[in-house]
Amino acid sequence: MTAPVIIAENLARHYVVGGGLFSKPQVVKALSEASFSIEPGKTLAVVGESGCGKSTLARLVTLIEEPTAGTLRIDGKAATPDTWASLRASVQIVFQDPYGSLNLRHRIGAILEEPLRINRPQMPAAERQAKAREMMALVGLRPEHYDRFPHMFSGGQRQRIAIARALMLEPKLLVLDEPVSALDLSIQSQVLNLLMDLQERLDLAYLFISHDLSVVRHMADEVIVMYLGRPVEYGTRDQVFEAPRHPYTKALLSATPTTEPHLRRERIKLEGELPSPLNVPEGCPFAPRCWKAQDLCRQTRPELGDGAHPAACHFPEGH
Amino acid sequence: MALLSIRNLSVEFATAAGPFRAVDGVDLTVDQGDVLAIVGESGSGKSVSMLAMMGLLPWTATITADEMSFDGRDIRRLSARERRKVIGRDMAMIFQEPMSSLNPCFTVGFQIKEALRQHLNLDRAQRHARAIELMDLVGIPAPEKRLSAFPHQLSGGMSQRVMIAMALACKPRLLIADEPTTALDVTIQAQILDLLSDLQKETGMALILITHDMGVVAETAQRVQVQYAGQKVEEQPVEGLFATPHHPYTAALLAALPERATTRRLPTIPGVVPGQYDRPAGCLFAPRCAKATEICHSTRAPVQGAELGLARCHHPVTQPEEATQ
Repeated sequence: MTAPVIIAENLARHYVVGGGLFSKPQVVKALSEASFSIEPGKTLAVVGESGCGKSTLARLVTLIEEPTAGTLRIDGKAATPDTWASLRASVQIVFQDPYGSLNLRHRIGAILEEPLRINRPQMPAAERQAKAREMMALVGLRPEHYDRFPHMFSGGQRQRIAIARALMLEPKLLVLDEPVSALDLSIQSQVLNLLMDLQERLDLAYLFISHDLSVVRHMADEVIVMYLGRPVEYGTRDQVFEAPRHPYTKALLSATPTTEPHLRRERIKLEGELPSPLNVPEGCPFAPRCWKAQDLCRQTRPELGDGAHPAACHFPEGH
Repeated sequence: MALLSIRNLSVEFATAAGPFRAVDGVDLTVDQGDVLAIVGESGSGKSVSMLAMMGLLPWTATITADEMSFDGRDIRRLSARERRKVIGRDMAMIFQEPMSSLNPCFTVGFQIKEALRQHLNLDRAQRHARAIELMDLVGIPAPEKRLSAFPHQLSGGMSQRVMIAMALACKPRLLIADEPTTALDVTIQAQILDLLSDLQKETGMALILITHDMGVVAETAQRVQVQYAGQKVEEQPVEGLFATPHHPYTAALLAALPERATTRRLPTIPGVVPGQYDRPAGCLFAPRCAKATEICHSTRAPVQGAELGLARCHHPVTQPEEATQ
């Protein structure tokens, strides 16, 4: 077994909001108790609905924000604000929207070389350019694209540029925040294939954030299901998709439309919507929408626990 | 007679760089009680064709059609005033972004009642009662209280329910839902799709569902029309389309879905959708098609018979096995 690229223990991030002249500040627990590890060449997927803390997790892992609690070890070293600078090269991120995440006034070459210019200032310009051209070939861009501007590219090609930029510093971990959800279906598969190729070739670890379960099922080795800022289920892909233990995972799988018209089935209908993160219910956060909820669920919050396939539920399915 | 019948609809936009044809010879028929899905990627003209019919396009658009009739009336000949009497009453539309489709300055109650005031002869009390009834119909809890809520106080799912309530206010005979669930989470998407299906069955109205999500199509539609670069390339009942797609584009699109993949590497469609400047002379899909031959690049594709799903193709796919390759 190889050493994990990243080990997160009990990561948490709380934000203080409000606190104006007449209102008391309130604490939003955007993320609590997230623990996971990813080995080189593996993909950990994080799934959940909006507001579940997926993107907060991405911001913590990419060292954009400091966790309120918990520890993060990247590549064997503890990540604290004073070691951030040395670790940032190991973790890079690809954002969801390839239209918003590229500077429209820079040529592709400049976009790709910028990470090197900042992090390896002593590198000669010729070497930087050679590296950028090499990376363009790797992600399937043509050499003449070097001098073009982002507006001349389609969404799929822009996402290739964003991926190339993230790989310039030879990171060990790539955080993919909804990398294909802004792309058309026919382009989506090209980008997913590219990600799989790169992973095999460079032995990259992926933290794959997505709400599209069919994409996750195809890409992931392991899956974390999040609900209202907490992981509610953690297991291998097959465990989570074949034998989900948490009722929320079951509902999520059941709500995802399948492409087999003859398999139209009765869905699990979840009542209501995600509660506000400012006002998380006592007990199990999922209890108000859960069809199995009992008094115990409304009083005490179930812990995720340990084991091969933990689920934060008092009455998990199966087993 | 069909409720809505459109033949050879084309929409051209005048742009600074010359005319751009967004919709190119699209036919469409919907009967009472039909659920038709129009599926396609961005730029396939699926929304524009519906907006053209509703008269919601800007003045830069030139709309031509051989036939455009709703319930026996020729939409092309209606004056703007007459058209407004039909739109919102007999046909209504729901848009993709529920948050930005509602007016933030007025309560949702006011906005629902506005449709009733414009189209029906109800007095104030009747309108109020009908608004509550509609909110209840779309599954909004405590409707009396929610009527005085402003859009920013509602979540995305609730806003979309309000949009649906508004569209249903005058019991339309045709409801057009333009990507009604794209901005919503999966569990909320399931609720909204179930709601639309149930309402469609209860009221017997026709439903046109515009989407890019094959899963949504498979779960809700009866009939599917696939569009590519402004053209209709195929039309089939939903089971047939997913079992035996006849157009190579549909086949490739379905094969590229991760959940249908048999190998770790997904089948891809090379290239991108043609834009304004690189529109091919022959079949529009030819540059990206695995089956394209000489004739595909030079001649526009003919429309095949109904047994081949009206596929706009020189070499339609006929076998299910062929389609998955």
